[in-house]
Amino acid sequence: MNIKNEMKLEFLSRSQNEAFARVAVAAFAAQLDPTLEEIADIKTAVSEAVTNAIIHGYDNPNEMVHVRTQISDYSVIIEVIDHGKGMEDVELARQPLYTSKPELERSGMGFTVMETFMDKVEVNSAPGQGTKVRMVKYISHEADETRRDG
Amino acid sequence: MLTDNKRKGDILIVGLSGELDHHHSAEVRDALDRLLDDPSIRHMILNLRHLHFMDSSGIGVFMGRYKTIHKRGGQFSIANINSQLARILEMSGLYRILKVHDTVEQAIDGIRGESE
Repeated sequence: MNIKNEMKLEFLSRSQNEAFARVAVAAFAAQLDPTLEEIADIKTAVSEAVTNAIIHGYDNPNEMVHVRTQISDYSVIIEVIDHGKGMEDVELARQPLYTSKPELERSGMGFTVMETFMDKVEVNSAPGQGTKVRMVKYISHEADETRRDG
Repeated sequence: MLTDNKRKGDILIVGLSGELDHHHSAEVRDALDRLLDDPSIRHMILNLRHLHFMDSSGIGVFMGRYKTIHKRGGQFSIANINSQLARILEMSGLYRILKVHDTVEQAIDGIRGESE
C-alpha cells in the first residue's frame, strides 16, 4: 500500500476530546476528496473508537489516547490506541448490544457502527495492555475520478 | 443542546442542536428526563433539525426515553433528520420503533391520527 500522508494525534482521555478527534481525522481525510457521506462515516466511526478508549480503556481522564491516520491512494487507515485495561474477550465486545457498562445507558452498538460505516475493522487487545482498533475506509470518489482520467 | 421545548396538549416537543456524542449524552438525558418528570406528558417529538451529528451514545439516550414514553402508552417521534442521523438510526434498528417524520407538524398529525 502506497502511503501518501500520515498524521498522529495524542490527547487526554477526556470526553470533550471526542469531537476534536473526529473533526481532526475528517479534516485530514478530506485530502482524498471523499463524499459527504464518506466523511460522515469516518467521523462516526472515529467517535465510537475514541469513546471506547475513554470509557472502557481508561477509567480516568489523565491518560493519553493515540490516533494515527494514514492516507493511501484510495483509502484512509485509522488506528485508535489506548494503553488501558484491554479486553479479555474481543469477540464478545464486538457483539451488537453488548455493553460492559449498562449503567451508563450505553447502547452497545459502538463496534457495530464501526463495522457498518468502515470497510475493515481489526481489534487487538490484551488485558492490562490496552486496545488497538484499526479501521480502513475506501474512498470511492477519487477512485472514480482516477478511472475517468485514466 | 436542548434548544427549546413546547407543549401541545399531552405532546412534548423538544429541539436538539449540536452534536450528540458521549460527552453530551448525560446532559441531554438529564434535561429530557427533567421535562418528562411531568406525568401529563404522554408523547414526545424530538425536532432534530439543528442536530448535526450523532453516534451510538445518542442511540442509548433515545432508547432510554423511548422506554419512558412507551410505558405511558405514548408515541416517541423524531422529525427533521439529516442523512448521517438517518443512517445511524436505520443501522441501530431504531427506525422500526420510533416514528420518523419529515416535519414536526407531520409528527403531531401522526400522533393525533393514531390517538383518535
